[in-house]
Amino acid sequence: MLYWDYAAAAPPFEEVVQTMEQLMRLHYANPSSLHRAGLEAEGLIRRSREVCAVALAVLPQEIRFTSGATESNNLAIKGAALQYEGRGRHMVTTQVEHPSVYESCLQLQRRGWEISFVAPGSSGRVDPARLAAEIRKDTVLVSVMHVNNETGSIQPLEELGRQIKAANHLTLFHVDGVQGYGKLPVELNSWKADLYSLSAHKLRGPRGAGLLYVRDGVKLSPLLSGGSQEQGERAGTENVPAIVAAAKAVRMSGEQRSALTARLLPLRDRLLRFLEQLPELLLNSSMEGAPHIVHFSYPGMKGEVLARKLEELGMIVSTRSACSSRLAEPSRVLLAMGRDHAAATGGIRISLGDSHTEADIEALEQAVKKAVTSLKITEGGRI
Amino acid sequence: MLDEHKRDAAGEGRHNIAYADMLLLRFGEFTLKGKNRARFEKTVLRHVKEMVKPYPKAAITKEFGRIYVELNGEPAAAMAQALKNVFGIASVSPVKAAPSELEAIIAVSRQLLEIIAPLQGTSFKVNARRVWKQFPYGSLEMNKLVSTPVLQGYPGLKVDMNHPDMELRVEIREERTYIFCESIAGVGGFPLGTNGKAMLLLSGGIDSPVAGWSSMRRGLEVECIHFYSFPYTSELARQKVVDLTRVLSQYAGVIKLHLVPFTEVQTAFTGIGQDNLIITLMRRAMLKIATRLAEREGALALVTGESLGQVASQTLPSMNVIGRATQLPLLRPLVMMDKIEIVEQAQLIGTYDLSILPYEDCCTLFVPKSPSTNPNMRIVDKIEATLPEYARLLDEAVEATETVSVTPYGNEKPRPLVSGQSALQEEWF
Repeated sequence: MLYWDYAAAAPPFEEVVQTMEQLMRLHYANPSSLHRAGLEAEGLIRRSREVCAVALAVLPQEIRFTSGATESNNLAIKGAALQYEGRGRHMVTTQVEHPSVYESCLQLQRRGWEISFVAPGSSGRVDPARLAAEIRKDTVLVSVMHVNNETGSIQPLEELGRQIKAANHLTLFHVDGVQGYGKLPVELNSWKADLYSLSAHKLRGPRGAGLLYVRDGVKLSPLLSGGSQEQGERAGTENVPAIVAAAKAVRMSGEQRSALTARLLPLRDRLLRFLEQLPELLLNSSMEGAPHIVHFSYPGMKGEVLARKLEELGMIVSTRSACSSRLAEPSRVLLAMGRDHAAATGGIRISLGDSHTEADIEALEQAVKKAVTSLKITEGGRI
Repeated sequence: MLDEHKRDAAGEGRHNIAYADMLLLRFGEFTLKGKNRARFEKTVLRHVKEMVKPYPKAAITKEFGRIYVELNGEPAAAMAQALKNVFGIASVSPVKAAPSELEAIIAVSRQLLEIIAPLQGTSFKVNARRVWKQFPYGSLEMNKLVSTPVLQGYPGLKVDMNHPDMELRVEIREERTYIFCESIAGVGGFPLGTNGKAMLLLSGGIDSPVAGWSSMRRGLEVECIHFYSFPYTSELARQKVVDLTRVLSQYAGVIKLHLVPFTEVQTAFTGIGQDNLIITLMRRAMLKIATRLAEREGALALVTGESLGQVASQTLPSMNVIGRATQLPLLRPLVMMDKIEIVEQAQLIGTYDLSILPYEDCCTLFVPKSPSTNPNMRIVDKIEATLPEYARLLDEAVEATETVSVTPYGNEKPRPLVSGQSALQEEWF
């Protein structure tokens, strides 16, 4: 079996597993406790914050630890909404955001907020001028992802940040960085990002841990109230082992980024060129996209049928993002990119990781070829 | 726009200066000094360079009486925040640059005014300065040429040439024109370390960090001394002092912190049957130990956070008896300040939130029911002279003192007082 679903969950670094294990044994004390054990746990969190701050080139007090990117995105969007309601009740986002952003916005919409969902071009990229045109005096926040989790398309964040701030300097800019970190350079300053979400398990860290960068001076209303952890913006006893392990994963994947990208790019390019040649398939990713995501459709064939066939041939792939793969509807992201219903229902995502080799790609190509040919003659697989 | 700006300023308590292309730093009072001026300026420039290090794209140029920091895309607000804390800097102005052409100057001036959005009724004047004499319009002419169109775009403003609420300054230079009207107050004072070195007695309370900052602002280099009485005081209290020193180090780079084990000395005073003098004796012992450390480190004064009348040991008779324990000048920057002023200052420099953490320190221990506000010098002398092995106790405290060098972004920790597994293993990160 070959695993091609790194974008959903990457296997943790061995060092991360070891750190987690040791910390679970040694540091179970509550970091808020006054005794030595609590003080030590608090010191571990403090150090983790510094490590993450260095990796992102920000200040330690600008890092909040959360349970993952879903919480980070929810905290960024709803926390800003609650905090800055006095400035207005309007937000701008795109039609291709991850559900944790998209659904948070819909939730606000049901509570009377106006949300502008900007459509991307056919490549999945959002035109900065088009997005900036939506910004008004009462626009509290703009949320745009770095790399799309289904197609791997990369958003022009620097230009977006520039235009957003030019349109309204009070509008906060939130970047969902989950699929970009560790694969592409992260420059929060030049993006003019005020908020930035990360999830540890996409970076070969532990599950259940993530972070939110909150630019100094920006306040968020807490979604979880209680203790004064994370500057009062996220109550709850900290998960010390997961936080330390997450910091380690953030550091390691940041350090390995350029090497990993250099390895993945030729593999991805080869796969893209191969898929392009199969007349049955429609590519939804391009050479301009992220180095680890390849997405294609088999128009007319349900994605999950193709995925099951590939699994039978020893390839574990995903139908679009794991978060929505159990839904029967066509992909919202692909529809937004202008794909028709048939193509949007037949999507397969292949995401690469550091374990993959030329030989694996070769095997995958053979499997895809076989699956496509065998399904073509099986009428039962058709919709 | 107007309302938002007001709300932003009130809500976040900081200038919204994202528009700036550069920052203009002005020097403080040391420019009044003749001979040493160059040395002072050099020290400030070095300190500024240090603070700009995290922002690699920023470029510094120095001119007579001023420093320019070109932002080149680095964040204006964060940099201004850091630079206004450099000792010797009197003010920081966010500057917008325009090509040195009349039309461009007017356009940028209007743009700047729109961003700043002064309230209706704000009085206003334009103050142009033509450094580049080839520029076709004179300074006075420029005042009119710029103010007329700007005022037309902003009917709420009125002109006041003598005491305007707002002065739009236009400096015309050959390469470009600098336009600015805001000034963020800097901390002022003297460049760090230009007035010698002193030892600061740092308790962990609200006052002593403020005293330390005030001394640093007068150009003193400061080393901190903290007395702890484990197990009566916790390791947390000791860590808190490290953290306080770290805040001070944001203004100074590196600060040495001397941690003096004080339990033996302190408990020696409890058995003498003169409870009302314990505080006096304790404070004297601290000054004696601090004096020895000062001699060792080459410091020429002691600094304390004492403020007249705050507590029993800070009455004039107490201060008299306590102060005689040292030959060194005893500097008390806060001596005439009200508590409320000290608290405000602590909040400004960022030590307050740490200072109010509720850990015991050695000054709040063994406090007698009625400490003497008028101790008798003769009795105090006699007790100290007859206390068995008093000199040896003081020597041992100096001997066992641990020194930690604290940096703004470091993670320095004093040696643990109870042995146990070490908390932080760097390989975990």
